[in-house]
Amino acid sequence: MVLNWKYGGLALGLVFFLAVLLVKPIGVSTQFVILDGILWDMQNPDIVTQADDGAYTSTNAYLAKSDGKYAKAVANPVNYSFIFVGAMMLGALISSILRNSVPKGERMVPAIWRANYGGNVLKRWLVAFAGGFIVLYGARLAGGCTSGHMMSGMSQTAISGYIFALGAFLAAFPTALYMFKEEG
Amino acid sequence: MMTIVLAIVIGAAFGFVLDRIGATNPNWIGRMLNLTNLHLMKTILLAIGVASVLTFGGQMLGLVDVGHMSVKTAYVGVFIGGLMLGLGWAMSGFCPGTGVCALAVGRIDALFFVAGGLLGAAAYMLSYPVWKDLGVLEGDKITLGAIPGADYPAAFPDLQGDLAGLAIGAAFIVIAFILPRRFSRKKAPAGTQPAE
Repeated sequence: MVLNWKYGGLALGLVFFLAVLLVKPIGVSTQFVILDGILWDMQNPDIVTQADDGAYTSTNAYLAKSDGKYAKAVANPVNYSFIFVGAMMLGALISSILRNSVPKGERMVPAIWRANYGGNVLKRWLVAFAGGFIVLYGARLAGGCTSGHMMSGMSQTAISGYIFALGAFLAAFPTALYMFKEEG
Repeated sequence: MMTIVLAIVIGAAFGFVLDRIGATNPNWIGRMLNLTNLHLMKTILLAIGVASVLTFGGQMLGLVDVGHMSVKTAYVGVFIGGLMLGLGWAMSGFCPGTGVCALAVGRIDALFFVAGGLLGAAAYMLSYPVWKDLGVLEGDKITLGAIPGADYPAAFPDLQGDLAGLAIGAAFIVIAFILPRRFSRKKAPAGTQPAE
């Protein structure tokens, strides 16, 4: 059962606040790049390199940007932001076990999709895959996602957060209204 | 070592709460974005408001270190990327954080979302120089008002940034209360309502 918005909103707000109080604002999408970098570097160890002075860099311009900030995270995966995303998965898993886990049919194809497009799993998985591609490409172009730009950004009065939220909802509302006419 | 412990504690709390508010469930995302059930929108607006009021209120009282803020750069690509994220978010019902959490709670479609995401992020890593050459990644780390103790340039330099943050936070909370759960008069389908 989903928490009433008053409790849920308070709890979520407290988590975002605690993150800023204790460490730094929450963000997630960068870690997709870090995991890509780790996998890529496993295939080809020349991707991320360390100079004699200890600085990390990469043959990939994106990993090398900002003085090799991402290259360093790829070389040292046990860092705050990467572990954070792993811990998020653990937290969500614990919550789902405590509240009764997701029913089997729903795991394959969610109700809203089923109500509009039927139970064909391949169709749903293909769209989920394409959606993931577009979401992460967009998030990296924007320099953040729903958590980093929209939630953390707007709660710090960052102009980038407002610009991002405007773009995201400008695309998301019409897309969902067009694609999901049945509520499910 | 301490930072890793904090990563585990705060990360787990974040994942736990995302699951409890329905954000790991593509049905709740879809119903928010097709405007049939705005419950999750109310949750998110309240959360932004609460975080904002606590952050800026804490700064004004000297309890929150301004140095912990991290404002991202505003540039044209933020808007283009935002549009893309919105499109994929509505299509799939996942965003990066809720996608990995949905995978963790056993949603198989989220596995495909995360796989697509890894490929999309890789595609950006390769195409990054193109965007850079276009000049759409240039900008500044701007905040609404001038925040005392931080050196971010302000969109409105005469505006006191921490007060503005408090006011906007309060506005988010008010909107969260005012926003109706449903626009349509049609009754919500069974099992789609939150606990009271």
